[in-house]
Amino acid sequence: MKKRTFLDPLFKTSPIPVLALGICSALAVTVKLEPALVMALAVTLVTGFSELILSLLRHTIPNRIRIIVQLMVVATLVILVDQVLKAYAWEISKQLSVFVGLIITNCIIMGRIEAFALKNKPLPSFIDGIANGLGYGMVLVVVAVVRELLGEGTLLGYSVVPEKWYVAAGGFYENNGFFILPPMALIVVGLMVWIYNAKNAKSVWNN
Amino acid sequence: MDKKKRNGSLYTFLYAAILVTVTAALLAFVSEVLRPRQTANRKEETRQSILRSVHLEGKTYEKYIKDTVVGPQQLPLYICTLNDGSRKYIVPLRGKGLWGPLWGYMALNADGQTVYGADFDHQAETPGLGAEVSSLDFSAPFSGKSLYRDSVFVSIAVRKQSGKAKGNPNAVDGISGGTITSRGIEDMIRETLAVYLPVLKTILQEKTNEKTHLP
Repeated sequence: MKKRTFLDPLFKTSPIPVLALGICSALAVTVKLEPALVMALAVTLVTGFSELILSLLRHTIPNRIRIIVQLMVVATLVILVDQVLKAYAWEISKQLSVFVGLIITNCIIMGRIEAFALKNKPLPSFIDGIANGLGYGMVLVVVAVVRELLGEGTLLGYSVVPEKWYVAAGGFYENNGFFILPPMALIVVGLMVWIYNAKNAKSVWNN
Repeated sequence: MDKKKRNGSLYTFLYAAILVTVTAALLAFVSEVLRPRQTANRKEETRQSILRSVHLEGKTYEKYIKDTVVGPQQLPLYICTLNDGSRKYIVPLRGKGLWGPLWGYMALNADGQTVYGADFDHQAETPGLGAEVSSLDFSAPFSGKSLYRDSVFVSIAVRKQSGKAKGNPNAVDGISGGTITSRGIEDMIRETLAVYLPVLKTILQEKTNEKTHLP
């Protein structure tokens, strides 16, 4: 097993900026840092375990219905986790409730299963899933920090910008409300795509 | 398994049938086993929300709150008796937001006109935007607001106030980027209270009459 299986998805072939997978949810949950962290964790676990299970099944899946089989495994896994959390960790499940639908439809999961898990052994597949989830999470966190900080002056709900800087208190500063709206997510993600690709373009496309 | 056999129709059908049966059975089983715990959690959640509307989160529900129905339409109402003996009337609210239902509880003072506290929740509003209605930052400013202006029912506006909401007894700050959810809350309060207030008025009048008629 290669070290690259783990490290590449984090830096070189990061799902959002390089593979262009999972962009939709990156725009939806990055208004604040907290939901971004929850989403990153949930997606990491689901990609990891669904790649593991499908890699174990890879020699039995009929080719013509493989996408449906993948979808069923992922959906079952997410619903199971949601049900267990609802019974034993109610608070966390309330946090996750809105994300469940977004996790199942996240293209990173299906994309990595199709591209990696069906062709590789279970352990590397599991690691590929975890690493892609983390690579996705890193981008999510950066975008969320930028948006929450500039849009609301807070991080994880705690005020970061001093109260007396604000115009309302006689200061010079005002939050930029544009950052909490979707277009700004697109622009921040776009900047990250630029940075990642400017740094890695050669190494990725030459391989 | 060899590739040719794996692509045959019979194998494909059998595989699909078995997969569907196994996952369906698994999900049904898990759902059945966990249901009692989930129902209990949901009930506790409702009780905590009612307690939060009277600023008593974490206290014993039975000690403070009495469930009842009022009026000819049998409207559900929760009556809370505080430690100092004063009574608060908690009205359950139901409405709709951007993606799904909104609900909440609003506690009114014994004058039937001013708000003692409120608590809101939602099923599927956008995290970080509309979903903020369930936070204390959103619900706390409702305390002390009035539903009437010059003895006319005007309810409480949930709009952009540019920092002026503190001085206005009939308005609270909406959520930036969550306008439709904020409006949902506003409509929910106005529509539900329009039904409840006349009924509540009758009850409160009976209460005061009782008191004045006592020797």
